[in-house]
Amino acid sequence: MKSHFIEGLKDGVPIALGYLSVSFSVGIMALAAGINVFQGALMSFSNMTSAGQFAGITIIGAGGTLLELILTQLIINLRYALMSLSLSQKLPEKIPIWQRMVVAFANTDEIFAVAMGHAKSLTFPYMVGLQILPILGWTSGTVLGAVAGQVLPPAIGSALSVALYGMFIAVVVPVATKIRPVLWVAALAAIFSCVIYYVPLFSGISAGMSIIICTILASVVGAFLFPVPQETKEKEV
Amino acid sequence: MIYLYILVMAFVTYLIRMIPLTVFRKKITSPFIRSFLYYVPYACLTAMTLPAVFYATNSLLSALAGVAMAVILACCRRSLVTVAAGACLTVFIVEQFLLTSPL
Repeated sequence: MKSHFIEGLKDGVPIALGYLSVSFSVGIMALAAGINVFQGALMSFSNMTSAGQFAGITIIGAGGTLLELILTQLIINLRYALMSLSLSQKLPEKIPIWQRMVVAFANTDEIFAVAMGHAKSLTFPYMVGLQILPILGWTSGTVLGAVAGQVLPPAIGSALSVALYGMFIAVVVPVATKIRPVLWVAALAAIFSCVIYYVPLFSGISAGMSIIICTILASVVGAFLFPVPQETKEKEV
Repeated sequence: MIYLYILVMAFVTYLIRMIPLTVFRKKITSPFIRSFLYYVPYACLTAMTLPAVFYATNSLLSALAGVAMAVILACCRRSLVTVAAGACLTVFIVEQFLLTSPL
């Protein structure tokens, strides 16, 4: 059990480093919206979501209503419901509810991606180990950003802004080059996403909503055209 | 007031993550739903990356270079952190040394 925890910690290191740099911008943005360093840290620690926090900070800064805040969080973060559903299927059935409630806390895009890519069966100690360092990285990066962010040259900020996308690419590309249906599904998602982004007809669709629509459409088409055989799935996921 | 907003945000986000993990504990047997859930992470990560990544940096050209580097490194099966760092470094180099004016 202890070794699973250590293994999780190790797998969490690259995520934590990525978060440390990306959450810099969350800290900078929070400060600009009138949120102090401690509140920014509390928000990052308790939310663990980049897009959701960016939207939340914007609403707080603009003096938006609570209802507006709730609706935005629901729409932008709804993708986590899909991820939790996927993760729930990979967790052993015997894992008790309270442990599932702990695992749910930081089921972020990257932690989810690493957990799903984990070759072995998932355990509670592994999931806890995987989440600890990214939570620390995300929270401390926010503090650093709020405290020191103003002195960061724009060129560094620009370069750091691709860090998370780089991690996404690192998760998708190796699998897509190996398993053809995954390549098709990813290509479909990219096409849908670009259509929604560039075609003026769809300009009313928010970024969070677009992610949900593209994910569901591409995955449904994938499941319809390329059903995953039962036995190979456990190894490939 | 800000504390209330932060708590509400955290609560909503946590419920979204927690409910599917605790309600759907039994293994889903439907091949269609299992296949759907298998494709979700790849579809979701791709939709989040494209086309947003092209507008994340100071110029389209540096973003394209960063993505190209990330794809090459990922094809070589490099670790998450290597791919991310390679993309950042490429963006930085392109913006510093190759671009004289922003596109």
